[in-house]
Parts: sequence; C-alpha cells; structure tokens
Amino acid sequence: MKRRTLLTAAALSLALGAPASADDPVKAGFIYIGPVGDFGWTAGHDRARREMQEHFGDALETSIVENVDYGADAERVMSQMALSGTDVIFAASFGYGPDVNTVAGRFPDVAFQHATGYIQDHPNVSLYDARFYEGRAVLGHIAGNMTETNTIGYIASFPIPAVIMGINSAYLHAKAVNPDVNFRIIWTFSWFDPALEADAAETLIEQGADVIMQHTDSTAAVRVAEDAGVMAFGQASNMVDFGPNAHLTAIVDRWAPYYIERVQAVMDGTWEAETAWLGLADGIIEMAPWNDRIPEELQAEADALVAAIASGEYHPFTGPINRQDGTPWLAEGEVAQDSELLTMDFYVEGITQDLPN
Amino acid sequence: MILGSINPAVLLAALMVAATPILLAAIGELVVEKSGVLNLGVEGMMIIGAVTGFVIAVNTSSALVGFIGAALGGMVLSLLFALLTQVLMTNHVASGLALTLFGLGLSALIGQGYVGVTPPRTPKLDLGWLSEIPFLGRALFSHDIMVYLTIALVAGVWLFLSHTRAGMILRAVGENHDAAHALGYHVKRVRTLAIMFGGACAGLGGAYLSLIRVPQWTEGMTVGAGWIALALVVFASWRPWRAMAGAYLFGGVVVLQLNLQAAGVRIPVEYLSMSPYLITIMVLAIISSGKARGSLNAPGSLNRPFHASN
Amino acid sequence: MIRLERRKEPSTFWRVANPFLAVILTMLAGGMMFVALGKDPVTAIRLIFFDPIFSAQFGSYSRPQLLIKSAPLILIAVGLAIGFKANIWNIGAEGQYIMGALFGAGVALAFFPLQGWYIFPLMILAGAFGGFLWAMIPAILKTRFNTNEILVSLLLVYVAERILAAMALGLMRNPDQPGFPGSRDLRRYESAHNAELIAGTGLHWGVVAALVAVIFAYVMMTRHMLGFHVRLAGQAPRAARFAGVAPARLVVICLGIAGALAGLAGMFEVSGPGGQVRIEFAVGYGFTAIIVAFLGRLHPIGIVLAGLLLGLTYIGGELAQMMLGLPSASIQVFQGMLLFFLLALDFQTNYRIRLREEVRR
Repeated sequence: MKRRTLLTAAALSLALGAPASADDPVKAGFIYIGPVGDFGWTAGHDRARREMQEHFGDALETSIVENVDYGADAERVMSQMALSGTDVIFAASFGYGPDVNTVAGRFPDVAFQHATGYIQDHPNVSLYDARFYEGRAVLGHIAGNMTETNTIGYIASFPIPAVIMGINSAYLHAKAVNPDVNFRIIWTFSWFDPALEADAAETLIEQGADVIMQHTDSTAAVRVAEDAGVMAFGQASNMVDFGPNAHLTAIVDRWAPYYIERVQAVMDGTWEAETAWLGLADGIIEMAPWNDRIPEELQAEADALVAAIASGEYHPFTGPINRQDGTPWLAEGEVAQDSELLTMDFYVEGITQDLPN
Repeated sequence: MILGSINPAVLLAALMVAATPILLAAIGELVVEKSGVLNLGVEGMMIIGAVTGFVIAVNTSSALVGFIGAALGGMVLSLLFALLTQVLMTNHVASGLALTLFGLGLSALIGQGYVGVTPPRTPKLDLGWLSEIPFLGRALFSHDIMVYLTIALVAGVWLFLSHTRAGMILRAVGENHDAAHALGYHVKRVRTLAIMFGGACAGLGGAYLSLIRVPQWTEGMTVGAGWIALALVVFASWRPWRAMAGAYLFGGVVVLQLNLQAAGVRIPVEYLSMSPYLITIMVLAIISSGKARGSLNAPGSLNRPFHASN
Repeated sequence: MIRLERRKEPSTFWRVANPFLAVILTMLAGGMMFVALGKDPVTAIRLIFFDPIFSAQFGSYSRPQLLIKSAPLILIAVGLAIGFKANIWNIGAEGQYIMGALFGAGVALAFFPLQGWYIFPLMILAGAFGGFLWAMIPAILKTRFNTNEILVSLLLVYVAERILAAMALGLMRNPDQPGFPGSRDLRRYESAHNAELIAGTGLHWGVVAALVAVIFAYVMMTRHMLGFHVRLAGQAPRAARFAGVAPARLVVICLGIAGALAGLAGMFEVSGPGGQVRIEFAVGYGFTAIIVAFLGRLHPIGIVLAGLLLGLTYIGGELAQMMLGLPSASIQVFQGMLLFFLLALDFQTNYRIRLREEVRR
C-alpha cells in the first residue's frame, strides 16, 4: 500500500513539531473508552473530531478506535497508531494515563493529548480538561431557584475529584440562592447503566426531589423527570428531545475549538506539551438553550453568571467556604487553586450525606 | 427518622418495574432450560430485541409494533442458536457466548442511525378506580401494560409447564431426551420451539428497556441484564413463580439500596451497591441448603447434546 | 433429505481441516459485511488476520502483543476446562481474576518501597490464593448448601467489581496522588514489576505460567488419576461415585484450580501489562476465556490455539478500525461469525452427512 509506506517514511523523517508539507496530511488518532454512539462522553469527543475534520478538510486525516479498555489494550492501540505514522494522538479518557505515558516514552516524535489526566512524564504529553464545575455552578443556580420542594437529586458515578467538584459547585450555588436547599446524592458506581439511572432518578423524585442532576451518561433520568413532571439537566449533550418540559438546560461538551487549535499547532510545528484546563471562556463547554419555563429574570441571571465566569470576573469556588466537617477551606474572597480542585476529596459544608471512602 | 422518607408503596411499585426486563428474559430462558438447552446468549438476544424494537417503533411510530418486532428480532437471533445447537450439534455454552458477542456487535450496527432519537411513547394504561385504592393502587395498579403482561406470561408458563400435555412433553424432553425420543417425541423440534420462545422473551425484555424504562437506544444499553436473568433461572430452581420472586427480590434490593443511599443512611455506598448480588446468593444458599441435589429440580438433560441414533 | 450420521471414530482429517475452513468461511461472510459497510473487504481481512503477524510496519510490535493478549485467556481457560470436563460450571472466572489481581497488588503495595527478590514470588502466591479463595465461595456453598455454582460464581463477579472499585478509590489508592483513583504503577516498582523476560518479545511471567499450566493440565488429564476422575465424573457421574470419586472433593479441586489460575492471570496482568489497580481493570478476560476453553475442545493444546486465534482477531480488529475506520461493533460481529463457523463445522469431526436414500440402502 503506497499511502502507508509513504506515511511510515513521513513518520521517520518527522521530528516532533516539524511542519508538515501541504500535500502530506497530518494524521490525528483518537482512542475512546466507549462507543462513538454513546450519546455521552465519547460522542462528545467524536463530534469534535468530525468538526475538526471538516475544518481542515484534506489537510487532516483522522482515525479512531472505539471501546478500547485501559491497560494493555490502550497501550497497544496507541503504539500501533504511532507506528502507522500518526502525528498526534488524543486519548479521550482519564484512565489512559499510565498507558499514554508508557507509549509517549517510546515514541518521542508523536504528540499525545490526554483528556482529564494528571500524569505527565514526558515532554510530548499534553493534558487537557474542561472546567465542568463552571457549568455545574450555573445548573446549581438555576436549580436552587426553580426547586419548590427544596430538594435536589444528584445521580453521581464514581467518587472521583471531577464528580465531587461538580456536586460541590452545584450545591454552593443552589445554596446561595436558596438557603433551605438540600441535596440527595445517589452513587451508581458506573458511568453508563441506563436502567439503574432510571431507577435512581425515580427514587430521588419519590424522596422529594423536583430537580434531578446527573453525572452519568444516559438520557434515562431526563425522561423519568419528564414523566414525573419534575425538572432535570442534560449531561454532555443537549438532551432536550428526551424531556421537552423537564430539560432546563445541559452542560454540552464542545472540544472542537481546542482540538482545532492543537492540531493547527502540530501543522505549524509549534506544538508543545501543556496543561490546559478550559471552560466557558474557551467555548469548550457551553450551556444548552434555556428552557422557556425558566422565568426570564432567572434566564438573565444565568446569562450573567455565565458571562461573569467566562470573563474571569467570578470564580465558582470563592470563599468563604467550609469543608463538610465545618473546618474552613477558603477564606473570605479567597479563590480555590486548580490543584486543590483537581484533587478534591471532600464535600463542602451543608451537604448531609457521607462521601464514599 | 431518616427512613421515613422511604414509602413502601412506592418501593413496591419501583421494584416491579425494575424487575420486569430481567423477569421477561428469565421466564423465556427458564422454558429453554426446561427443554434441556442452556442458552448463555440471553444478553445478546436482549440487546437485539432492544434495538429492533426501538428501530421498528420509531419507524412505525408505534411502541406496540415495536414490541412485536423486538420479539421477532430476539426470535430470529435465537434461531441461529437453534441451528447451531440442534442441527449442527455444537456445544451449548460456547454457542451461547458467541451469540452474545455477535448480538452485541450486530445491535450496534443496526442502531447506528438511532442514537439520540426519542421513541414513541407507550400508551398509558388506565386502570380507573383500581389505581385510586390507597397503597395498593400506587404499588400494584399504576404500571405500564408490559408489567402486567409479564406477570401474565409467568402464569402462562406455569400453567403450560405443569398443566398441559405440551408442557409435559417439553419437560420430558428436558429431563431425559433419550426416553422422550423413544416415546416418539420430536426432541429437536420441541427444543427449537423452546429456544424461539426464549429468544422472543429476551427480545421483549430488551425492548422494555429501550422503549419504556430508559427509553433511548445506545450501544450496550442492557449492561449485563441478560446475565442477571440467567442467574435468576438458577435461583428459581426452574420454577416460574420462583423466577418472579427472584426477579422481585433482586429488583427490590436494587431499588432499596438506591433509596437507602438517597435517604443518607450511613452504610458505605460500596456495600450497598453490591448488596443485590450478595443478598441473592445468601437467599439461594438458605433455600437450597439441606436439599438433596435431585430435589433442586435441574432438568436432567440440561446442556447435554442430543443425537437420535436409530 | 439430508441427515447426520455419527461417525464410529472422530475424523482426524476434519479435526485439522475444520479451523481452516471456518476461517475461510468467516472471511467470505465477514467480507460481505465489510462490503455492506462500504469498506474494502480484502484489506479488512488482511488487516485482521495477516498484518498483526506479517506486516513489516506492525508485525515486529504486534507479534509479541499476541502473547500478551492471549496469555491470560489461555491461563484462565486451561483451569476452566478442567472444571467443565467434570460438569462443574464456573462462569465467574472474571471475579477470580480480579481478586487475584487485588491480592497480588496488595502484597506489592504493602511492601512498597522495599526492594527484595522475595516480593514477586510472594505476589504470585497471593494472586493464586486470592483467586482460589474467591472460587472457594461457590465451592463451599455448593458442597455444604447445595447452592448452584453457576449463580454464585457469576454474581460474585459483580461483587468483585465493586470491591475493585472500592480498592482503586480507597485502600489501594496511590497516596502520592491524592484524590485520583488508581494505585501506584507497579511497573515503576522494580521488585513488583512483571517485566518482559527478554525485551521486545512480549514474554512475561504470565506467558511462562500459561505454558506451565498447559503442560500441567495435559499431564494431569491424560496421565494422572485425578484427570481420570474428572473425566469420569463428567461423563458418568454414577460410575464415578462407584469408582470412589468424592463429588465434594472434586468440586473443591476443580473450582480451586480454576480460581488459582484465574487469580494468577489477574496478578500477572496487574503487575505487568495492566500496570495498576484501577476501577476498570477487569476487561472481560474471564468471560472470553470460557469461549476459548470450548473452542479449544477443553483440551490444553486446543486452548492454546484458540487463545492465539482469538487474540489475533482482537489485535487485527484494532488495526482494521484504525486503518479502515470500521466500527468496533463490526469486529465483534466478525468474531461472532468466526466462533459460529468454528463451532458449526465441528460436526464433521463426529458426524457425516448422508442422504436419506443412502442410509436406507
């Protein structure tokens, strides 16, 4: 196969960051933990890949491998991508961390972009993540205003910092507008189990929640909320079709602007390892259109909150904030460090349930 | 009192719904195993049912037609299993596992254009004054039609197996295929029909998830429900009503652990989330203890290939 | 009218020819599917079956990978096959695999950062013991309470998965990376690292263990009294009892061997290719191994071949996804077809096709 021999030659001659010539497309590889049809996390990344492909046209070739498990499988897929002349590999899941770094050490000329990770052992490993907690703050603000029972249900996956951060952010902003608000949290110990998520949503509603938030991938909770006549927020994608009345808004993942920027850097030969934690300001996450049932006044408030966070004027974790046990965490006016957020393993004051582990 | 927020009527209602998909698949597999065939492809047939039901419901705008399609979809896939195990005499366990692998892949291919699509609604069942009865109305008479059809199906299977001649033949075939053959029964025909019934039931169970419970189509959305159904058949000692009891027990513990979590009970979540499996094991250990192996009711010819050598 | 007639002796010719015929039929059927998906079938099939071994570009990397991917499958399947022969249905090797990994990693993490030659052998013992212990739950429930081992071993997989998640998030979490789930990377802890024995060959201790297990199982099943008892119990349970085989003892032995081997597989994976205890450490080897066991006709040598073939389709399937943009679902369907054909054609080994007239004559 001519194309592949050509690419092998290209891979050998290409030092990291060397500009690719116009007639030699840059190759980007993607490995996904789930299927592209999951309508959640992986779908979000693949949406961005397609948008990027459209943006670059013939100048870019992309390849994907779906359903790649962590460990030996991931290591092998990324190695084979590197061997096939891929210039930049996007590893779109937290768990790929050790594998990305193993392969990166072996292929110093390939650029690695690892989503939501923390291990950066080699100069060709970039980390990127989205500040989902910014979106959660907006959801919390809306939920705190909209709830009539003062009970908000939260379906959570695994007790890891990204999820805990989201719960805290939502809680703080709901509490700020509604001091009586109360969170009920269910851990499913899975990212995707539609039936269990439906059961969890129903349980929360029966226990008085009239707003459901989720940090799991399926649309089940939105539909259950619709049927029960309560409110919900979508996850990762705009899920309004599944609950036209219930769906207040969603945090929509939009990795495309970042992907385009990074691949452009590879093309220009200016790619360097970095740690990017992007949010509303960068257009990496955005809020799905507000539901009409949100009063206009509140819509305006939510718009203002989004604008304030995006402009950097306001940080969702601004003191005074105490930990759950009452010990102070952030003093008046103090803003949380990124490193503290990324390793968050405690609830803030006011949440009544215990955090697993 | 923290537990005060858990309403028993609602709990009962929720566990009936949670149990329905696994019960549907389990009651089908029970008939299959009663005929002496072990089909480990339940998960594959369920997810094929989930996707065909979904696709057909969307295209015909009718959830009911979708369910019929799901039953047919599951049945068609089960025919592949029947061809392998009954005609070509393959090993049941390996064929069933291959069926699961094949079904998971095929369902994803079929469903490619249907991710993010909303299916038509299943019409609400109006039970009138029944659903107004305090406690019972909420617990028992507030469900969709499939919940009741599933119970009817359990009753039907029980009647069939224990009170009809055809059911007796099926049991005879499962108990001792050589003797059944000597009596002139068509072992393979009976088994093929049983396998098809199992496929249809698993298909319905899958469609219950994709059309009513969740409802959406996503790859791999059954997330192991077929395996739980298989375990339930064993739990039930191949008795229909006990399969229902098992499904309700399992569904009940799932729903209860979610309720306990939401109510903020101070039991570590890890233990709560593994409780449905542990409690099922413990209950089975208790009810099976002290009984001789023979009284456990396993079909005598289960998982043994049959070839008529006349 | 076509009918099957049982051969007096299994056909040696078909036993050898069937796998090749099955692969060819799979290529045809799978090729049609790839055409339907709008992809070049010849390239797809070459990528799946040939490139992982013969390609100049990938071969030198993916040949060793074949050992890495197949070794755990073979190691687990060999143990399962012994039980299956005796009609003891351990469906929960996945759970035993997880517990072996947790016990093995637990030993390593307890010793960290101490270095010593004895650490790895201790991990091996702990891994085997962990899997053994987990398999003893269905074994004891079966012998003491008559509880069906299919249900217990299967449901214990889910329990083991929850324990794994709890360990990755709690007790075994890397204390140097607060907040993040996952243990220390055992590959960076020299005494605990299941490294390649010869660099670039994929040969790690797990591969060696798989080979030893295959030989051990072969000798046991063909030369040893225990193997005879196992086969007897499977084929004629009543005769076995007369021959003095204690059913309870056999249950414990069969589940114990399978559990210990699955536990070893988990331990070698977590300390080598897998690297660390993480929430999603278990990727289904325990279930795939059941297929491998039957595909290999429950025979140790057959299991080696089946494990390698399945491993090949996994690696080739990834290549086909990457190079051709085939969805991973189509690879699953392709693997399903391969299994169907392998199983379906096997009837020729034991049966012959006859037209009805011929039989009557």
